[in-house]
Amino acid sequence: MKKSYKIDVDCPVCAGKMETAAKNTAGVKDASVNFMLLKMKVEFDEGADEAAVMTAVRENCKKVESDCEVFF
Amino acid sequence: MSKKQKKNLIRIITAAVMLIALHFVPVEGYLRFALYVIPYLIVGYDVLKKAAEGIWHKQPFDEYLLMAIATLGAICLGLFKTGDYVEAIAVMLFYQIGEWFQGYAVGKSRQNIAKLMDIRPDYANIETADGKLEQVDPDDVEVGTIIVVQPGEKVPIDGVVIEGSSTLNTAALTGESLPRDVNENDEIISGSINLSGVLKVRTTKEFGESTVAKILELIEDASSQKSKSEKFITKFAKVYTPIVTLSALALATLPSLVLFAIGKDPLWTEWLYRALIFLVISCPCALVVSVPLSFFAGIGGASRAGVLIKGANYLEILAKTNTLVFDKTGTLTKGNFEVTAIHPEKLDKKELLHLAAHVERYSKHPIANSLRKAYGDEADGCEVDDVKEISGRGIQALVNGKIVCVGNSKMMDDVGAKWHECHRVGTCIHVAIDGEYAGHIVISDIIKEHSEQAISALKKQGIRQMIMLTGDTQKVAENVANALGMDAFYAELLPAGKVQKVEELLKAKKSPVETLAFVGDGINDAPVLSRADIGIAMGAMGSDAAIEAADIVLMDDDPLKIATAMNVAKKCMRIVHQNIIFCITIKVLCLLLGAFGFANMWMAIFADVGVMILAVLNAVRNLWVSQKV
Repeated sequence: MKKSYKIDVDCPVCAGKMETAAKNTAGVKDASVNFMLLKMKVEFDEGADEAAVMTAVRENCKKVESDCEVFF
Repeated sequence: MSKKQKKNLIRIITAAVMLIALHFVPVEGYLRFALYVIPYLIVGYDVLKKAAEGIWHKQPFDEYLLMAIATLGAICLGLFKTGDYVEAIAVMLFYQIGEWFQGYAVGKSRQNIAKLMDIRPDYANIETADGKLEQVDPDDVEVGTIIVVQPGEKVPIDGVVIEGSSTLNTAALTGESLPRDVNENDEIISGSINLSGVLKVRTTKEFGESTVAKILELIEDASSQKSKSEKFITKFAKVYTPIVTLSALALATLPSLVLFAIGKDPLWTEWLYRALIFLVISCPCALVVSVPLSFFAGIGGASRAGVLIKGANYLEILAKTNTLVFDKTGTLTKGNFEVTAIHPEKLDKKELLHLAAHVERYSKHPIANSLRKAYGDEADGCEVDDVKEISGRGIQALVNGKIVCVGNSKMMDDVGAKWHECHRVGTCIHVAIDGEYAGHIVISDIIKEHSEQAISALKKQGIRQMIMLTGDTQKVAENVANALGMDAFYAELLPAGKVQKVEELLKAKKSPVETLAFVGDGINDAPVLSRADIGIAMGAMGSDAAIEAADIVLMDDDPLKIATAMNVAKKCMRIVHQNIIFCITIKVLCLLLGAFGFANMWMAIFADVGVMILAVLNAVRNLWVSQKV
């Protein structure tokens, strides 16, 4: 399953950090962040719970970049 | 302006006003320090926080750290030595102005692109049982549903018109400003705007599979395909920041230690000041922001002109292309047959066409269609009887009491008419009346209006070699290739043969820097499109196969768009290179000046913020795509 989420972040480097953080979240198969469109595309592992995984993604992103936001 | 931007602007203004006000307050010592720290914290608290967080998460080397060290260092210098805090605060202030401006510029281009990509329909109209229209989410509309599109509305989903006629504006999809007429049974494509009449449309796809959704997805995904330049910048920033921080540290300590060791005045503060300047100058944001922004703007600008580019890397490859391989039918030529010449023996031209069209009245053959189309009102009062189709020969019919035979040379031989060859290239249709040769009509695929212009524009853009591949006969291919000024052509190729030819051409490349692009109509050229360095599909509006297989998609079938795409790519790469060279030169220059003590804080601020603003403005130029080639 692949889904696209709106995000908020200030700089391209921070967006890159978010991407790495999202990729390393359990339940995420692959993730890519598009800074210019402020969108994050997440491909979930088979059978992953979207809401739970995205909460973890948001947490991990906040860890690397405190004023970013992931909307889901 | 977003909320955050407004807040930051207020912070910047407050700090600036306080700084000016403090200039007139005559205090000294620690009170002075305490007063000056207020505007510093107002404008810089978030930078300090982020720098601390970076250290906490063991990823300390970023621009925040550079800025935090530089400004805190300058404040310490003020506290213990000079009593001057203005420089430290100014650095932070200008850094924030730069950040603010960068956010504003990126936001503006985002809006700009969002506006041009504003093709997403918000609703679809469905007629309810009592004849009223109900607006529903296009995502909920099933295939085969009948939707109503009113004048002024966007077509939400691909479909077929079942009732009504209108004109459609497809500019958002194709960049083509000429409206397109649609009637019953015509296919229409989502994203175009209905201009005049009410249309009832039977949907043929789900919203998610419709052209508009596909295009939006494609553009959203485009920037995840990173170009080499972007990758270079990311890598560059990764090694650059630690190197700069360490060099600054070295600059702050080593010269002083050496001076100290040889018994001279170590000038601690002087060298510390130089190190801080060095740090401010070295901030890499100008590059980190402007390079992806250039590609983003380039892709956005191109899509407005009807050219979809699937990734920044393709812009890069396209800019380097020097061999273009074209498919012929549907790419350079229209792909449908038209009457190109009428050569009667005695009758006048119109009369010959008139008779031929009558004989072909009931035939469904493409040739018959083109003959009827050329004559226009075939269904006049003339009597057409006794129509006989003679397989492999042609058609014979009784028109106004005369036996008219329309067909190939074999048919003419059969009826004993003395036919002769035509000098024109194409399919020759002979006509005989009562066994006597009356003349012939030549039908051929015609070259697109802009093909020739496109080829010459591309030559000017530096394409060295233009090659045409076709499954058509040698004679037809030669004719088209010569008319357009192709460098070479290969005829009578099967699809597999085209792939083979492209592979040969790829092998023959002199250096890996040269790239080969293939332009095809996308429908039957998929294997070749994916084999070439870069595949360009044209006339792709509504064709999923083309959108999937190609790297660059031209929404309409105008070959001139290839030149537009080349223009965009070259301009984009030019701007990217300008920015890289400009930023690095200025930075290195200022770094050297700073290290040797010829630069002050103000120069450092220009080297950081000023360069970034100029680079961003330069990058945004990519949004404007010249349609002129």
